[in-house]
Amino acid sequence: MKKITGSQAIVKCLQEEGIKTLFGFPGGAVLDLYDQLYDADIQHVLVRHEQGAVHAADAYARVTGEVGVALLTSGPGATNGVTGIATAYMDSIPIVILTGQVPTPLIGNDAFQEVDIVGITRPCTKHNYLVKTSADLVPTIREAFHIARSGRPGPVLIDLPKDVVAGMISYPEKKPIRMPNYQPTYEPHIGQIAKACKAILASSRPVLYVGGGVILADAHTELIELATRLNIPVTMTLMGLGAFPGSHGLSMGMLGMHGTYAANMAVADCDLLIAVGARFDDRVTGRLDAFARNAEIIHIDIDPTSISKNVKVNIPIVADCKYALTAINNWLNSETIPKPGDASARHQDWLATINQWKTDHPLSYKDEGDIIKPQYVVEKLDELTQGEAIITTEVGQNQMWAAQFYKFNKPRRFVTSGGLGTMGFGLPAAIGAKIAFPDRHVIDIAGDGSIQMNIQELATARQYKCPVKIAILNNGYLGMVRQWQELFYDKRYSSTIMDTAPDFVELARAFGAVGLRAVRKSEVVPVIKEALATDNVVIMDFKVAKEEGVYPMVPAGKATTEMLLV
Amino acid sequence: MKHTISVLLQNRPGVLSRVTGLFSGRGFNIESLCVAETLESDVSCLTLVTTGDNFIIEQITKQLHKLIDVIKVTDISDKEYVEREMVLLRVKADANTRAEVLRVVDIFRGKVVDVSPKSYAVEITGSASKIQAVIDILRPLGIKEIVRTGTIAMARANKG
Repeated sequence: MKKITGSQAIVKCLQEEGIKTLFGFPGGAVLDLYDQLYDADIQHVLVRHEQGAVHAADAYARVTGEVGVALLTSGPGATNGVTGIATAYMDSIPIVILTGQVPTPLIGNDAFQEVDIVGITRPCTKHNYLVKTSADLVPTIREAFHIARSGRPGPVLIDLPKDVVAGMISYPEKKPIRMPNYQPTYEPHIGQIAKACKAILASSRPVLYVGGGVILADAHTELIELATRLNIPVTMTLMGLGAFPGSHGLSMGMLGMHGTYAANMAVADCDLLIAVGARFDDRVTGRLDAFARNAEIIHIDIDPTSISKNVKVNIPIVADCKYALTAINNWLNSETIPKPGDASARHQDWLATINQWKTDHPLSYKDEGDIIKPQYVVEKLDELTQGEAIITTEVGQNQMWAAQFYKFNKPRRFVTSGGLGTMGFGLPAAIGAKIAFPDRHVIDIAGDGSIQMNIQELATARQYKCPVKIAILNNGYLGMVRQWQELFYDKRYSSTIMDTAPDFVELARAFGAVGLRAVRKSEVVPVIKEALATDNVVIMDFKVAKEEGVYPMVPAGKATTEMLLV
Repeated sequence: MKHTISVLLQNRPGVLSRVTGLFSGRGFNIESLCVAETLESDVSCLTLVTTGDNFIIEQITKQLHKLIDVIKVTDISDKEYVEREMVLLRVKADANTRAEVLRVVDIFRGKVVDVSPKSYAVEITGSASKIQAVIDILRPLGIKEIVRTGTIAMARANKG
């Protein structure tokens, strides 16, 4: 059999896995691979900082549902990627990270650009590998992709010593992956499903609490079927937004620290909480002993460690969300009551209560003449893109306003760093999303603080003709931290004043992008319209009300019913 | 409560640090840990003793099971089991104490494995509590050095 080099085998194997795009940054330890990529039929997107490569691959995975791939060199290349890897890990995003490594004889010798990246990333990857021989290359890559995309997805890192990549091998035939010790549970236990269904039918005040697992499992159709046939109100976590249509009458929007009044009250008052692909994060539950105090809890999750980790669960179901929801819908189909048509009659009192909460305390903000309110900008972005854009965010107030005021009606449209809360995520993520879907509007809703963390990726966006739009909600502060200081630290704004910032319009111009600015409310719509009509990267610099806060807000350690309202 | 957990692992580089990293990263306790090959050279058996309420022990076993290289996790203390630990002690043994040391070693069915003019090295195996008892009794006579293995354990076979 004809021998090929390790790098040829890696590229071939990536293509076999269906990979069309890599995000990366070259260096000494990966020169062989980059030489192979020079004329390979696989796109390589050259970022300006390795963190950007991993975020872009991560966003590519979030919007497509496929595995994203990042390629980094050894040492600092790899360590720069760690924040990106941890981000993907916390949000269960399937990515594979290939890192260069010094040649095997030098490992452990403190060689130039050597770092133990397998050791460093052990706690923030689903699994990782150091490939020791060329013959192991292809089987390892195949296994890595399998692990990344199956079960609860997550990042898998493969460390590739230079000599291993340079070695000659015969390309092994593709065989089914055999991992007897790694068998995620997809099918739910049928007895548990029956128990759950009976609890659902018996409940008079049920709530569906939906997380990112529903999106990862592509289970939104099954979720909508369940919710609408039995009239069950739905609340979503930050990661779950889009799993159920935000403008549907049964949607209560997001719950938790900055969730809606209706969602938090409903969870506190429900008699049955149906958690689907969510993990009872502290930002969702607030004070644990007060969370859903009167409710029986059903918890569907593919990861057994998520179940009964923070909150004691009555009916655990370890399964893929799609399989479990399908099984529930099928069980309901096989019963005589209720037929889908009966839905309108169910839970009328409960829904009336919820609607009253919605009317009494909707998401809102105070209009102040010609001052731009950041929430208004997000509302207009939603309106002018008909809720169809892919929205990425940075982290902080910008992220929460995006989550609250953009109505996500479809899954895989909201790309945000939920678990880790990584500032600097939004711009590289927008690039990854735009490369996956060049025909969609991709907008990074950013703050003036966050955007500066990975602003260098403007060059990447320009180079690859990715006309992403960046909406900076510019308040001259690290707004969310400032908000906490305002509320809990006596307005002592320690290191949150960002009044020395670049002129973002000029900055855009310097990168060959377009910069637009709005300082009055009346300028917001024209700026957004112009940005959306421009076939180039655009920064929209919205000078917004400086000390606007995100509300409702549940102070840390309080019950979610103890909300500070607008 | 104390639990003894037995874990079968793929014998691969870094696998032990995956386990210990899990414990340190999530704030779980390790009281002792023992690991060695099984009959198959590519499989290792790790015995660890930890403490925690049922809630924590459930998380520990689930989290261990989630590691890709972990084959099987058993909470041995759930059922009948035998546990053993070994200790090597160097005890002061001069003309006054030599006889007493030997007597204690004999009572605990230990062995003297090294002799010098001023000390005995003794080997004792047993449950953790027996080991502790030996140590408590020999301590007044003068323990100069101590090395313990940590617990290994095995579930008892079903009767009948």
